[in-house]
Amino acid sequence: MSDEPLVLGIETSCDETGVGIVRGHTLLADAVASSVDEHARFGGVVPEVASRAHLEAMVPTIERACETAGIAMYDVDAVAVTSGPGLAGALLVGVAAAKALAIGLGKPVYGVNHLAAHVAVDQLEHGPLPEPCVAMLVSGGHSSLLKVTDLTTGVQPMGTTIDDAAGEAFDKVARLLGLPFPGGPYIDRAAREGSVTIDFPRGLTSQRDLQRHRFDFSFSGLKTAVARWVEARERSGEPVPVAEVAASFQEAVCDVLTRKAVDAAAHEGIEDILVGGGVAANSRLRALVEERATARGIRVRVPRPALCTDNGAMVAALGSELVARGRQPSELGLPADSSMPVTTVVA
Amino acid sequence: MLLAFDTATPAVTVALLDGERVVASQTKVDARRHGELLAPGITAVLDEAWVPRQDVTAVAVGVGPGPFTGLRVGLVTARTLALTLQIPVYGVCTLDVLAAQAVDEGAVTTPFLVATDARRKEVYWAAYDEQGRRLDGPHVSRPADVATDGPVVGAGARLYPDAFPQAVGPEHPDARVLARVVTDERAELLDPEPLYLRRPDAAEPGARKPVS
Ligand SMILES: [Zn+2]
Repeated sequence: MSDEPLVLGIETSCDETGVGIVRGHTLLADAVASSVDEHARFGGVVPEVASRAHLEAMVPTIERACETAGIAMYDVDAVAVTSGPGLAGALLVGVAAAKALAIGLGKPVYGVNHLAAHVAVDQLEHGPLPEPCVAMLVSGGHSSLLKVTDLTTGVQPMGTTIDDAAGEAFDKVARLLGLPFPGGPYIDRAAREGSVTIDFPRGLTSQRDLQRHRFDFSFSGLKTAVARWVEARERSGEPVPVAEVAASFQEAVCDVLTRKAVDAAAHEGIEDILVGGGVAANSRLRALVEERATARGIRVRVPRPALCTDNGAMVAALGSELVARGRQPSELGLPADSSMPVTTVVA
Repeated sequence: MLLAFDTATPAVTVALLDGERVVASQTKVDARRHGELLAPGITAVLDEAWVPRQDVTAVAVGVGPGPFTGLRVGLVTARTLALTLQIPVYGVCTLDVLAAQAVDEGAVTTPFLVATDARRKEVYWAAYDEQGRRLDGPHVSRPADVATDGPVVGAGARLYPDAFPQAVGPEHPDARVLARVVTDERAELLDPEPLYLRRPDAAEPGARKPVS
């Protein structure tokens, strides 16, 4: 027997219906149903399609998670759910389901921040998180640098994207190159066949930009530069070297992300960087952040790819930490907050 | 003990029925806060009636048609609650509930329509006989396309007086009636699947637009 909290976590902020179950820092189940295939032909996530899929997937995914974990539902000590930020209608399905679980099981519900959950998930793989640490979260929906002094109360934004998210840039460049959606894995694969030969721009890295946006990102100019380059090639009737473009684009993104993450940690005198979000699955990003951090005496933690993308386990992991540290649960009137500030760990 | 609720209109309505008797109920009207109001509404009626959650033996839920976001709150709540308590869920067309209310109140004595707000200048509607049995629908249409001088029940009638000059009976559904409709089997019992009646808005991307 263990006195560590058994927590069920629900994630529905975008197109993944995730239900995870953890006991303390131990992952027992991570069931995910994705509607990504339904969005592929639209080239991006369609909110109403995602919301409909969440409703249909919710009960089967909860059942699958409990079965995998080998627990009876009424054994859980608490329910956690992403209450923001994310797509409003999608969040609402998860929040309503979590409240119904809480009522049906007679247990508390924690409405948690999606970004903090991306940080917390690493505890399932690498044990207690060093506090403070700098977290770099990069996905189709977010590109953030956070300073984490206390996982349950102290998350401060250091920088964020001022236009597109990093993952969005991957999707758009993939489309430009005729690669499928979501673009991340396909760009990564194509880039391995090519070398970095094109010097694409690095957003917000000029001396002037650094004064105002030292830890912020911009990927919109990069995306446009890639489009211009590809179109010029097409106009001149030459074939587009997909592998070279992919490698050069990927290098530009990873260069800026890792440079700024390491700079943020060094600036704060922080010795640990945590990387999360779907883009953290990118092989070049993982290698480059490791290389640059090590050179500065900074340690890097990156959860395995399945835990980097959106899932219920990350929500359960944060919920478990909130229970362990005695934080107050949410009210049953808990709203879904599509623009929940990163400083709000639990609503 | 039957727990009934509907979130397919601006009303978030919850009722608890013990056999034939409604032991507690609550209705709040706020088109934008279904997600916030439903769960506290459920615990409020359980607490008011001093009923422990384990005594609930079935859930009844309005399956719309209605604005999608609110509709889903009711359906996912019903399904998940039923899962945790291992009890059945019965779905009822929300317009059927309004029809039963109108008949019970004596607001209609001839065949009539029920119309609710479908937003985008349209209504969800269905046609009923004088006893509240559904004859046609549910559909989603522009009010002008289903205009009638006959009696029309529901908020849709009040929103479009030009198309529906004779607005009668209740504006929103009441979960007390939903609960009775289920126990008395006065309406078709459905699976707890949403009646969206519209496909999601989504356009496939066209040809790439050049940036330069
Ligand atoms: Zn995410």
